[in-house]
Amino acid sequence: MARSRKRNQNEDQPQRSRPRRAPIIELNEVTKVYPGGHMALDRVSLSIGRGEFVFLVGPTGCGKSTLIKTLIRELDTTEGSVKIAGRDIGALPEKKIPQLRRNIGTVFQDFKLLPNRTVYDNVAYALQVIGANRAEIREQVPATLRLVGLSTKLHSYPDQLSGGEQQRVSVARAFVNHPPLLLADEPSGNLDPVTSIGIMQLLYRINKTGTTVVVVTHDREMVDNMRRRVVELYEGRVVRDEVSGGYTEESTTEFGMRMRAEMGVGVQGEGQTNGHSHDHPLSN
Amino acid sequence: MSRIVFFFQEAFRALRRNGAPTLAAIVTTVVTVTLLGVLIPIFQTTQAKSDEVRSELNIQVGLYDDATPAERQQLQGELEALPHVESVAYISKAEALATLRSEMKDKSIVDSLNTNPLPSSFEIKADDPANLKTIETAIIPAGANGQPDPVSPIVNNIFDRQQASEEIEQVTSALKIVLTVITALLIVASLMLIGNTIRLSIYTRRREVEVMRLVGATRWFIRWPFMIEGLVVGFAGGLVAILVLWLGKLTIVDPLKGGDFDFLSAQDTMSFPLLVGILFVAAVLVSTIGSGITLRRFLKV
Repeated sequence: MARSRKRNQNEDQPQRSRPRRAPIIELNEVTKVYPGGHMALDRVSLSIGRGEFVFLVGPTGCGKSTLIKTLIRELDTTEGSVKIAGRDIGALPEKKIPQLRRNIGTVFQDFKLLPNRTVYDNVAYALQVIGANRAEIREQVPATLRLVGLSTKLHSYPDQLSGGEQQRVSVARAFVNHPPLLLADEPSGNLDPVTSIGIMQLLYRINKTGTTVVVVTHDREMVDNMRRRVVELYEGRVVRDEVSGGYTEESTTEFGMRMRAEMGVGVQGEGQTNGHSHDHPLSN
Repeated sequence: MSRIVFFFQEAFRALRRNGAPTLAAIVTTVVTVTLLGVLIPIFQTTQAKSDEVRSELNIQVGLYDDATPAERQQLQGELEALPHVESVAYISKAEALATLRSEMKDKSIVDSLNTNPLPSSFEIKADDPANLKTIETAIIPAGANGQPDPVSPIVNNIFDRQQASEEIEQVTSALKIVLTVITALLIVASLMLIGNTIRLSIYTRRREVEVMRLVGATRWFIRWPFMIEGLVVGFAGGLVAILVLWLGKLTIVDPLKGGDFDFLSAQDTMSFPLLVGILFVAAVLVSTIGSGITLRRFLKV
């Protein structure tokens, strides 16, 4: 497990066919000082290529959430530039910010679902907001809900669902318009380990469609055991940026299996198919 | 097109869900519009009536009975030339008696008079009732020895209603101030109430706004459903208030018309449809624009 590689070798990872394009995320010496003087980010430089799956880890208060917020321009940086797909979003006029956010799916620890809408309506909402027509909505919403494994719960309300299911709805909403980038801020923070793996598996599956996925978590242990790129923040600085275990092209099932094994859940008996009710036979 | 449908769907969904705040907003609008609908005509009537009374204030210059027509003509010319004089009208003895007769309830008193005791006179109106005093001193200036020295020997005396004029002035201006203050306070209070109701409604839905922003909704996309909500509230509230005003007019004001209490139907007040129209438009605009403005703080990126 100690086969760490240097970060610049990440470019070797299986990219989806495309020739070299601007990295999807590029932070250059980003500093964020909150009013009152707290420095949340301290000259953070980071580059994430298209199609990568990256964990962003660190203890509470290390600046992870601030980093995520600067990526969707919920926060402006104090210094430095944030580029998304080669464009400096700090220079983006306010009118263009919604456009930016439409290209970035976001998932949060508290799901942020609308309690008075059904699962279907919650997901459809993201499409309505961007002005999709009815035919698109009717096609995309059920397809995405099938992808996250909730095709039987279209008409349930969020409070009728388990935490894991709610997070799946939230992932579906973030992914329904197939954004090139998906940010997940502590997506499994409220969930038990088994359910967390389900969500991670789902994010991995989304990553396999070509979407870049950045997952924020404070659960270092879990991340250490996965062969993905890990960026660790500590007091606003990048203190580690490496690949644990190295990349391999593996199926989502294998990914889930390995994760379960490493976390010591659901390994006995017949292997990967037991344990979690939301796991479906996977396509790839 | 489907967007507009979507906005209306969203607005009505929110209205249905936030039943209590919606009702509060509508009731506030109803109360405000109704009170304004009552106060505006009262304000206008007061204004009109006081103007009317003031315009009737005048000076009467009584003449000696032996004045010749030539002297009269000359005096009239002099009076018309005085500053602040708006009009000068000659009232003969016979006209004065006829006027008195028509004003008296008991005609027999006039009829029992053998002779006409009333003098002929000039009735002078000023451009402003406040200038009546100036005109008066111009007609009968104090002479060298302190005795009154009229401009013409045919001038006997002057009747004025100075006292009445001052009293009316005081009462009407006090009334106007009170009414203005009440109306202003009412408008401020209702604007704040409506604003507060809107803020409450937005506050209960800040999560929705947060989600909208997160998935990339533009500001106007977020704003429209709220503004439509405000529009519906203003529309409903305005409509109910107009109904109340109309019923009030029908049952209280109209029966008084033509009776002794003609005060309320002074012709200078604006017509009922116009009043109602203005109030309705104001109600709708205030609550719609109020929604839009209140949202601003929630939309800061």
